[in-house]
Formats: sequence, structure tokens, C-alpha cells
Amino acid sequence: MALTSPRRARRRLRRYTRRDLVVLGVLLGIPVLLDLAIVWGPTLASIGLSFTSWDGIGDIQWVGTDNYRNLFTNYPPFWPAARHNVLWLLFLGLVATPFGLLLAVLIDRGVRFSRFYQSTIYLPVVLSLAIVGFIAQLILGTDQGVVNTIIGPRESPVDWLGDSDLNIWMMMIAASWRHTGYVMILYLAGLKSVDPALKEAAAIDGAGARQTFFRVVFPTLRPVNVIVGVITVIEALRAFDIVYAVNKGRNGLELLSVLITDNIIGEAGRIGFGSAIAVVLLTVSLGFIVTFLVQELRGARER
Amino acid sequence: MAQSSLEGLTSSGSLTGHRMSRRTLLRSTAVGVGAVTLPALLAACGSGPGGNKNEVTVGSNASDAVPKTAFQAAFDAYEKESGKKVKVNTKDHNDFQENINRYLQGTPDDVFMWFAGYRMQYFAEKGLLTDISDVWQGFTGFSDALKAQSTHAGKQYFVPYYYYPWAVFHRKSLFASKGYQQPKTWDEFIALAKQMSKDGTPVAFSDKDGWPAMGTFDYIDMRLNGYDFHKSLMAGKEAWTDPKVRNVFDTWRELMPYYQKGALGRTWEEAGQSLQQRKTGMAVFGMPHPGSQFPENERDDIDFFAFPEIDPQHGQGAVEAPIDGFLIARKSKNISGAKNLLTWLGKPKAEDVYLRHDPNNVAVNSGAETSGYSALQKKSAELVAGAQQISQFLDRDTRPDFASTVMIQAIQEFIGNPKDVDGLCNKIERQKKTIFSQTAD
Repeated sequence: MALTSPRRARRRLRRYTRRDLVVLGVLLGIPVLLDLAIVWGPTLASIGLSFTSWDGIGDIQWVGTDNYRNLFTNYPPFWPAARHNVLWLLFLGLVATPFGLLLAVLIDRGVRFSRFYQSTIYLPVVLSLAIVGFIAQLILGTDQGVVNTIIGPRESPVDWLGDSDLNIWMMMIAASWRHTGYVMILYLAGLKSVDPALKEAAAIDGAGARQTFFRVVFPTLRPVNVIVGVITVIEALRAFDIVYAVNKGRNGLELLSVLITDNIIGEAGRIGFGSAIAVVLLTVSLGFIVTFLVQELRGARER
Repeated sequence: MAQSSLEGLTSSGSLTGHRMSRRTLLRSTAVGVGAVTLPALLAACGSGPGGNKNEVTVGSNASDAVPKTAFQAAFDAYEKESGKKVKVNTKDHNDFQENINRYLQGTPDDVFMWFAGYRMQYFAEKGLLTDISDVWQGFTGFSDALKAQSTHAGKQYFVPYYYYPWAVFHRKSLFASKGYQQPKTWDEFIALAKQMSKDGTPVAFSDKDGWPAMGTFDYIDMRLNGYDFHKSLMAGKEAWTDPKVRNVFDTWRELMPYYQKGALGRTWEEAGQSLQQRKTGMAVFGMPHPGSQFPENERDDIDFFAFPEIDPQHGQGAVEAPIDGFLIARKSKNISGAKNLLTWLGKPKAEDVYLRHDPNNVAVNSGAETSGYSALQKKSAELVAGAQQISQFLDRDTRPDFASTVMIQAIQEFIGNPKDVDGLCNKIERQKKTIFSQTAD
């Protein structure tokens, strides 16, 4: 094997005609150029800008690490935003995702009206999060919201979306409403593809329903688990539209993505400062991506 | 189902005999597309760098129905009189504001709508506006205060069009039925608020949008510390840790118990509606705010009083009255046409046309016709005419980055937790220092 493979590779290389090379070059070159222009260019530009002060109009001034120092010590919304992003991730990961799995398992076992449940629970997934935020306002508004109209005391209505200790939880529940359906559909597809023979074998070996699920079925769902994990992380880090729709991401609903938008877009024009926040978000995302890739590569080698 | 799809297949098959080849089809499509787009392209070139001298484009942020039709009426009147064309590009109010930086540096319209004061001067300072001092030479009927709001470094950049005062609005009938009196001083005001709260109609309050509460801050600061201090505070020249500023928040806190609860979850529209439904007693608002939330036949019931006096030394002389108007971008393609339009818009009759369609504002030009005014408009005009100083609004009187990334959050934090004023003022001051020191060119 070791001796034959290089020769085979060389023979294969020779088979490419000039025309093949041109076609390959173009077909590969265009995506690479697009990738450089759309992904790497802006990323590096952000990193560069994060060390400058620029209002988007005048000259760009180099300020070293001033933006980062300001961000960490002198920008009150920053730490709450970082905390909310972590909270969002934990909530989706520990509440919404397991709940989606539970629903998938229940529906897969064939409860009555399972088709009906399946479509109702999946329905919110087709809505954008901004719309979910809008719906949340109709339900939770202080004066005219459905909840307060039905149960709220007239004298001191509960301020679901304005109370900064409460509103982030309301937002996470609303976001989970959508996330759960998404996770459920993914797991349902995964569960359908589990070989029934596995479950039968486990039953013959005397495993209970719980054991069968956790020891046999769940491990075979590994590819789905990976996808769901990635989706959960992405959803948590990019959460933006729902809070922006509700109150522009202020007063208890700060998220890193919102702070970036506030500083860069809008009249403010603190582009260097906003870029510094973007770099922080990039670093956090990279942390997850690298961990994920390392896990994946290691897993692939073991298999 | 299967039957019909088979039929479909055969019928399309029968077409193949006299079908044109794919190549001819593509070619004819290309020719067709060319025929459609070419004239459009040529037209675009026509109004390109050379500029169509008979057409002025106007960038409008008046996306709400009432001002939109009112502006259209004004531009129609101009078209009729001058024989020139006005092309209006209306964008959503908030989008327009958020994109103003890029808009002015990209391909702005010849004339655009914006705000007076610091918010205009900021862009003049950056060199994004065209000096229109020559247009101003011909203007009559604008007060010195208005001219000051239109000026940066001795040159004029802005044509004021209308304004609306901020005050304390309420229903006349509610005050009559409960026997409330319009207060003159802060103590009377607090006593009234207390009574209202006891009667189950508290003071309306909302700050979900981030800006409505700024009006109250501005007024308390001006009544307590005077207009000059307020202005220099806004310009970043005073320390936010100054006891005078803490005093503003402390004074404001006296009012907090009598507000309707949950202000941070309420939009200004909802607060306006609660006033209309007699669930609340009064509210600090700008004139269009309650007006737009009351049905037309109840608008006569709206009344207001000037924000009460706190320190007799400063009285009630300062009035918060944001001015909207028109400017020419530095990159405007048709400056002569734009100046011609601005000259017309600065005349009293141009304001008359607008206000006939929008009764929620007041003309800035003293020569404008006031006989058609509603009682509320008349009172507003008197309020502003009697003002010793005119402020704009917190987010128009200071740097946009300071207002939107510091002050909105700070005031919301204060409403959520009114106790920690020292901590709040320290935070504002520290952020103010970094923002005002950066790019102070």
C-alpha cells in the first residue's frame, strides 16, 4: 500500500489536461476569492479597526488598546451583555434543547395526534425571531398585552418586558419556543433512522426503556447531537433580532450583537469601539468552533 | 393526478416541432432586457453628474401618514409656482436617522430633512453640509434664537420649517371633573401628581423607546440649573458628577412614586393612549405625541401647561421645542436647484401649506398665517414666542454617539433604580470623557 499510493497519485495528476486545470482553477478560485472578500476581508478589517478610533467620516486614528480598556472598564452595558449571552447559551442548551429532545422522543413513540403536535410545535420555526419578538410584545405588553389583560392586577401590572430582572427570561422563553421545534424536528429525523433491531437487541438483553434510550439510542444519534449542539451555540451567539424588536436591546436585554450594532450602525458612529466588541464576540465564537473541530477530528480518528 | 401530468407532457412534446432553439430564446430575451433597461440607463446618465437642473431630489424622513401628505402638499405648491420638479424619496423615520452618516457620505439627495441644533452642527463640523448663508440673507420672520439654531461657526446650514413644544399635556375635561388646577411651581406639581396617583389616575410615563423620558430630564435641568448650564452640560463642558446634575436626578425622584408603573415596558404610544382613556392624568410630551393618539373629535380636549418652575431664578423662560427643517448635503448634485427650493421653503406661505395638513406642529416663521390654528396650536405658538431660550431635545443638543450609547441607557437605569444617583453620575461622566475626548477634531 505504502509503495503504490504515491505512484497512483502521480498518474492521476498527469491525467489533468490544461483545460481541466483552468476549469478547476476557476471553479475553486471563485469560491476562494469570495471567501477572502466576504469572510476574511471584513474579519481582518474589524480586527484592524478595533485598534483605532473612527467616526465613519473623518480620519482614522490609531489608539492602540484603548478601545479594549474602555470596553472592559468603562462601558456599563458590556458585562451584562456578555453575561446575557452566556445565560442565553445555557438556557438554550440546558432547557430548550433537552425539551426538544423530549418532545421528539414522545412523538416518536407514537402518542395520539402525533402529526398534529409535530406540525404545531414545528410551526414557530418558520417565523423569524423578529416576528417572535413582536408576538412576545403582543402577549406580554404592560398595558395592552394578553397576559396582563387576563391576569394582571390593574393597580400594579407586572412589567414583563420592562423589568430588567424579568425581561431576559421572557425573551429566552420566547426564543426557546422557536428553538424547541427546530431541535425536535432534527431529533425526530434522527430517531426515525435508528435501527429498530438495536432496540430489540437491547430489550432482549433485558434493558429497560430508560437504559435503552440513554445507552443505546442516544449514542447512535451522535451525528444529530453534533448538529444540534452547533445550532444551539450559533443561535445563542447570534441572538439579536428578538431583543432588538422588543426594546432595541436595552434595559436588561443587552447582548453583544446589540452593542456592536448600537455603536457601528446608527448615528453614533463609534466604529473602532464597536469593532472591538465584534472582536470579543469573534474570540468567543472561535473558542466554540475550535473546541468543536478538535472534538470532531479526534472523534473521526477514533472511529 | 398521474393522468393530467401525462397530458401535460404530451402537449409540451407536441410543441417541440416548431419550438425555437434555446439559443435563440436566450438571445431574444437579452435583446428584450436591453430594450427595457437601456432607456432607463440613459435616463440615469442624464440626471447623473451633469444634473437635471429642473429636478430637485428631497430625502425625507417623514414616513408617517400625516406629515408625509403635508410635505407632499408643500412640494406640490412649489412645483406649481416654480415650474420645477421635486422628487421625494421617503425613508422610514428611524432608518433615515440611523443611516444618516452613510447617507451623507454616499449619494445623498439634493435636499434632505433633518433637525436643528447640535445634531446639525455636528455634520456641519464634519464638512458634510453646504453653507447656505446666501439663502439666509433673503429670509425674514425668523427670530435670532432660530438663526442661532441654524448656524455653525458663523455660517447658516439649516432652514427651519416647523417646531413643536414639549410641555405637560392633559385632558381638559378630566381636570375640570376632578377640580385639578394647572400648577405653576414644582411643589404644586408634585402635590397634583400625588393627588392624581391617589385618585387612581397617575402621571403617564414611558421610556421603552429610550427617548421620551429625556424631555423630563431636560426640563428639570433647565428649571433647576438654567439654560446655560444645560447647554454646556450637553456640549460636554460640565462634569456629570457636579452636585447640580445629581440634584436633577434627586428632584426627578420626587416624582417617581406618582408615575404609572412599568414605564420601561411601555411605548410612548401606549402612554398617550392611557391619557386618552383617562387612565392617567397628565404626561410630559411633545405636542404631536398626545395629538396622534387621540381620535380627531377628542383633540379639542387636549390642553397643556408649561413645565413648572423649580428655581425662581430661572423661572419658566426656557422652552424645549425641537425644530425640524431642511439642509443641503455637501455632495448634492444640484445645489442651485436645492437653494431655490430652500428659498421657497423659508417663506411663511410655504409653512402655511404644510400646517394646513398637519395640525400637530407650529410654524417657525413669524409671518406665517395663524388664523387657521387650533386652540392648542395657538397656545403652543404663544409658549414658544414667549420663550427666553429654546432648547432642542437631549438627543439633538449633544453628540449623537453620547446620546445613543450612554444617555438612553443611563436614564433607563435611573428609572429602573432611582436610588443610586452617585454611581450613575460617575458612570456617565467616565463615558462622557472618553467619548468627548475621542475624535475631538
